Amino acid sequence: MEKFISHTGTAIPLRRSNVDTDQIIPAVYLKRVTKSGFEDGLFSAWRSDPEFVLNKSDYQGATILVAGPDFGTGSSREHAVWALQNYGFKVVLSSRFADIFRGNSQKAGLLTVLISQSVIEEIWQQIENDPKLAITVDLEAKNIRYGSAIHAFEIDDYTRWRLMEGLDDIGLTLKKIDQVSAFEAKRATFKPQTLPIRA
Amino acid sequence: MGKTLAEKIWLDHIVSSTANEPDLLYIDLHLIHEVTSPQAFDGLRLAGRPVSRPDLTIATEDHNVPTQNINLPIADPVSKLQVDTLRANCKEFGVRIHSLGDAEQGIVHVVGPQLGITQPGMTIVCGDSHTSTHGAFGALAFGIGTSEVEHVLATQTLPLIRPKTMAINVEGTLKAGVTSKDIILAIIAKIGTGGGQGYVLEYRGSAIRALSMEGRMTVCNMSIEAGARAGLIAPDETTFSYVKDKPHAPIGADWDNALAYWKTLQSDSDAVFDKEITINADELEPFVTWGTNPGQGLPLNSNIPNPADIADVEERGAAERALTYMGLTAGTPLKSVSVDTVFLGSCTNGRIEDLRAAADILKGKKIADSVRLLVVPGSARVRLQAESEGLDKIFLDAGGEWRNAGCSMCLGMNPDQLKPQERAASTSNRNFEGRQGKGGRTHLVSPLVAAATAIRGTLSSPSDL
Repeated sequence: MEKFISHTGTAIPLRRSNVDTDQIIPAVYLKRVTKSGFEDGLFSAWRSDPEFVLNKSDYQGATILVAGPDFGTGSSREHAVWALQNYGFKVVLSSRFADIFRGNSQKAGLLTVLISQSVIEEIWQQIENDPKLAITVDLEAKNIRYGSAIHAFEIDDYTRWRLMEGLDDIGLTLKKIDQVSAFEAKRATFKPQTLPIRA
Repeated sequence: MGKTLAEKIWLDHIVSSTANEPDLLYIDLHLIHEVTSPQAFDGLRLAGRPVSRPDLTIATEDHNVPTQNINLPIADPVSKLQVDTLRANCKEFGVRIHSLGDAEQGIVHVVGPQLGITQPGMTIVCGDSHTSTHGAFGALAFGIGTSEVEHVLATQTLPLIRPKTMAINVEGTLKAGVTSKDIILAIIAKIGTGGGQGYVLEYRGSAIRALSMEGRMTVCNMSIEAGARAGLIAPDETTFSYVKDKPHAPIGADWDNALAYWKTLQSDSDAVFDKEITINADELEPFVTWGTNPGQGLPLNSNIPNPADIADVEERGAAERALTYMGLTAGTPLKSVSVDTVFLGSCTNGRIEDLRAAADILKGKKIADSVRLLVVPGSARVRLQAESEGLDKIFLDAGGEWRNAGCSMCLGMNPDQLKPQERAASTSNRNFEGRQGKGGRTHLVSPLVAAATAIRGTLSSPSDL
């Protein structure tokens, strides 16, 4: 996973709440067996409307998605995270994220920043006035900056450390493999196993 | 202070716990399907890692498989590649798989319970958000993303932050014609699609205790639609007798030991939940969604709401957009809405009890000429059982289609899809825009409402027949 320290880019306003992962990437796009190539499916139903914000020339090249509340609800598909990343997004801002989506983004290195709806509203206004406004999302300093504005955000220290170091979770867990073996040794024998097959 | 059920299961599975870090949790069972696993197996291959515990892992084909002509090669080459990839991965890594044509093939959340590998007190994960279904057995079960699938394959553990707990007390007695589906739709309408974020839900109370295992699975299944990753119900005699004698149920002394442990799996009387809500089961009516998220639901006797009456600006905007998408007018009675398709199936309502309930309504009747009825059993085993009871004949005689097992039209990854503007009454779990096909319009309902709607052609409950 790529290290994430700080990112500066332009942003795009997605003025919708309850954007579920079926909207981020519909199921018909989930048949690929790789982690790349999902950008075509991103918001595909909405992108057929020329007025949809992703189609506006002003916002081309944006890397920060500023979303309404309850972003990423529904299906656990990590393809939603890959689609956002494949399209070029590095950061999503929202006042509320669905639990599984947020977990997936943190594993895959897409920074999801939880910030109040009033700050979201303010950023929406700013970027609608000036789509080329440069916005910095600084994970090290835990703040968002543009013009003279600074908005602090919270993120747990462990996740921040993992993202800043670009660490592989599996590698971290394998360092504790002795503890896993010790746990397995005292696991109850009545717990089911899938093998051998019983009919 | 006592502990809640979710806390007990959590504590029983901690491999390692360090301050300011997630707990490392042991996973008792990992369910796999074709859509969310290929990239995870690829990751293992790249790192040269084996599957840590193939004996705690099981795969089936459900999300994109066809429900017709399953003896022929899969027609869609992209779907075929994904299924072939799963088969090859399972072979390479030694994972048990139930493929199309096998009696145990079907929706992963129907297959686990019917094999008896879903048991109380377990931690169960799958790359599918409806893994919460298994919580009906008093297991801590939740959906994970593909990175986490790879993590579990490699280590049989997951690093997780302990969630908060919410008690949902459903007290009273359901009226005739009101089902577990109506309970969960009413709960979601009450707490909202984000109400359960950060929580494990525990469903409690006399109305929950009175439900069968199938009914409990329907309730737990849709925990995710309330925003909660997991929902569970304390195991009791209903649970124990369901598990007993299933192929992978404990036997001999193991059964006695398991039962003794399972009986400890309930929230202590002095346990404190972070949040608690109560629902009166006596007052519940058959429920139906009118909008494009599962929280936009109302009793079937209601009129379609007027967005202007909604105070919250966000919700008002969402309601306006939903009515436009759904092609509905505020103030219209829900019962006057005509549907084109009725879908009976999915991990929410594709079990034998659901098919029996619908068949009971449809027996000796014909569906409306304007309606297409698609009946898709949750698993091949459910299909065989239904056929042995003659339910297939009832559906076919009524004018319905009797299909093979899979997720089918719940998410429209296979050819079973709605056309643009086509309207469905569906026993599935998500009424999102385009979920059942691009431009398709979905009303979520119980199997009873689905059957009555198929007969009348408009959203209906059995009491309307």
